[in-house]
Amino acid sequence: MSQFSNDTLLSLYQTMVKIRGFEERVSSLFADGLIPGFLHLYIGQEAVASGICESLSKEDYITSTHRGHGHCIAKGADVKKMMAELFGKETGYCKGKGGSMHVVDVDLGILGANGIVGAGMPIAVGAGITAKTNNDGQVVIPFFGEGATGIGYFHEAVNMAAVLKLPIIFVCESNQYAEFTPRETHLPVKTIVERGAAYGIQSYLINGNDVLEVYQTMKTIINRTRNGEGPFLVECVTNRWSGHFEGDPQRYRPEGEIDEWKKNDPIKNFRSLLLSEYHIQESSLLSIEEAIRSELDDAEKFSRESPLPDELSTLEDVYA
Amino acid sequence: MLIRYNKAINSALKEEMQKDPTVFIAGEDVANAGGSFGITRGLLDEFGPERVIDTPISESAIVGMAVGASSTGLRPVIEIMFMDFIAVCFDPIINQAAKMRYMSGGQMTLPLVIRTQSGAGVNAGPQHSQSLEALLFHIPGIKVVMPSNPYDAKGLLKASIRDNNPVVFIENKALYGMKGEVPEEDYTIPLGEAKIVKEGKDVTIVALGQMVNKAMAAAQTLENNGISPEIIDPRTISPLDTETIKQSVKKTGRLIIVHEAVKIGGVGAEIAAMVQEEVFDYLDAPIQRVAAPFTPVPYSKPLENYYLPNENDIIQAVNKICVGRQFSIAGHS
Ligand SMILES: Cc1ncc(C[n+]2csc(CCOP(=O)(O)OP(=O)(O)O)c2C)c(N)n1
Ligand SMILES: [Mg+2]
Repeated sequence: MSQFSNDTLLSLYQTMVKIRGFEERVSSLFADGLIPGFLHLYIGQEAVASGICESLSKEDYITSTHRGHGHCIAKGADVKKMMAELFGKETGYCKGKGGSMHVVDVDLGILGANGIVGAGMPIAVGAGITAKTNNDGQVVIPFFGEGATGIGYFHEAVNMAAVLKLPIIFVCESNQYAEFTPRETHLPVKTIVERGAAYGIQSYLINGNDVLEVYQTMKTIINRTRNGEGPFLVECVTNRWSGHFEGDPQRYRPEGEIDEWKKNDPIKNFRSLLLSEYHIQESSLLSIEEAIRSELDDAEKFSRESPLPDELSTLEDVYA
Repeated sequence: MLIRYNKAINSALKEEMQKDPTVFIAGEDVANAGGSFGITRGLLDEFGPERVIDTPISESAIVGMAVGASSTGLRPVIEIMFMDFIAVCFDPIINQAAKMRYMSGGQMTLPLVIRTQSGAGVNAGPQHSQSLEALLFHIPGIKVVMPSNPYDAKGLLKASIRDNNPVVFIENKALYGMKGEVPEEDYTIPLGEAKIVKEGKDVTIVALGQMVNKAMAAAQTLENNGISPEIIDPRTISPLDTETIKQSVKKTGRLIIVHEAVKIGGVGAEIAAMVQEEVFDYLDAPIQRVAAPFTPVPYSKPLENYYLPNENDIIQAVNKICVGRQFSIAGHS
């Protein structure tokens, strides 16, 4: 008997495939000129959001980043409304006002992707105070990149969460770059977990390309956080396969780097593992893949056919 | 030499660094990558990593560092990638850079430049599209520059780097690809000197940044309709060349101010107030402002188009105060 139920294994696989599928779809729609603006893709990092959000419920909160599609999908966001938002359509999550960097679903505890690096972390501290007040075992997860640990927001938020003993798990996704700058150039430390020590919180370094390691470690940490042991800091080491944003020519990349990384594809690896170690039938995986393709086809159709917002809606939603 | 706005800025940086060894550059992705918008490309190779510095993502520390370096003898030219991010570093701009000289009774000198990039039009969404010049314009102790074309961008940036005060230099992202004539030889444009971009007699249009070009486009239609606008580009909003604006209003009797930032509390409000305080008697019609509505900058195309002031909005504002008001016999010259 494996320590993971088949439901969990398939659910993890499903989330990762959905994120990858969504990102590949919007990448090609962007190339076709159907999605404007800045599009930061999550391809390569799917195991992180999927492995973590598997243990969250919709009562838990997350804050996300400019690279937020994966976090939102893993937390249960509706890909139709997400894609429509990227198209700038009226039926999108934010009625076309926000776009890719600002997807929000309050009912699912998604307190927003964010265009300002690090800004989600103090917001998570606030949600942590709410969670503590509610006293229902809710947890809060701010996602951020290693680059975001350069900004005061990170240090102030981690410190404050530690002082107030809030139910927060700070999740750093070290994808080796901040925009066009490799981590060695902007980080004087080898790991981000070293920084957690400075604030007196327990920190864990994990392989962010291994969805089972992420799931297992995080499940334990999330439970401990629900029991009042937080905050924690977790660094997930991973890779960003795409450019910083779509259209980035990536002159700064050493040759062959992405090919090397692709050999360690979190989805492919997990798929083989499911077949070989966990005796999952390939037909189950194929049907998941097929179902996602059709869900994304529907989302694309919905996005293409939805109306653009009326220009006068520009003036709405400024105040409550 | 016909070059683009982005290249004009690049060559101003390069020439000032060649001329003055105390000038250095710092910011996110400015060295190895040559800047998010390619503005600092080639500078690392020429000047090395001591003078072209890639920083962590630390806007507050970047500006605070510039305060320290400038007050101790260097001339930092730092980059804040999007103007929206100045909100992250308001303390070092407003409480430190802007006031150090004053608070020290004139002891400290802070020759620093904050280059940043503003503006809507590329569906970058509410946190990457703002024009926030009014927030800085309101603060005594800093200068604010808004070049509308390659020639001005180069001359004004050189003047900003040589200036002994903190200067915020606002580049408009929509202008980076704009081409214009720029001389080979060294030149500067004094901060605080407006330019009359087009002479006219019927109505004065003061336009900021990329709106200068929209005003010029509108001028063509207006001329065809028999209205002759005078277009003024203040180029620096702080200090503001009030004299040139007043002289023009005295001649035309009518004033329109155009900016991309929201109308409420914008630079246009100050210009309108100044004109009515000082040359009220010359006005033949109410002053009009053409600017963005009081909302964040929306993402979706139809919304962003609605948000951004355009040529037509300018024409309509001019018609409103000219047509039917016997503009042709107005004037006090
Ligand atoms: C305050 C602020 N500074 C700079 C930026 C521009 N910017 C956007 S993403 C990014 C790099 C972020 O790196 P990291 O935190 O590692 O996240 P990743 O992009 O790798 O997911 C930068 C500098 C920003 N959006 N906000
Ligand atoms: Mg990163």
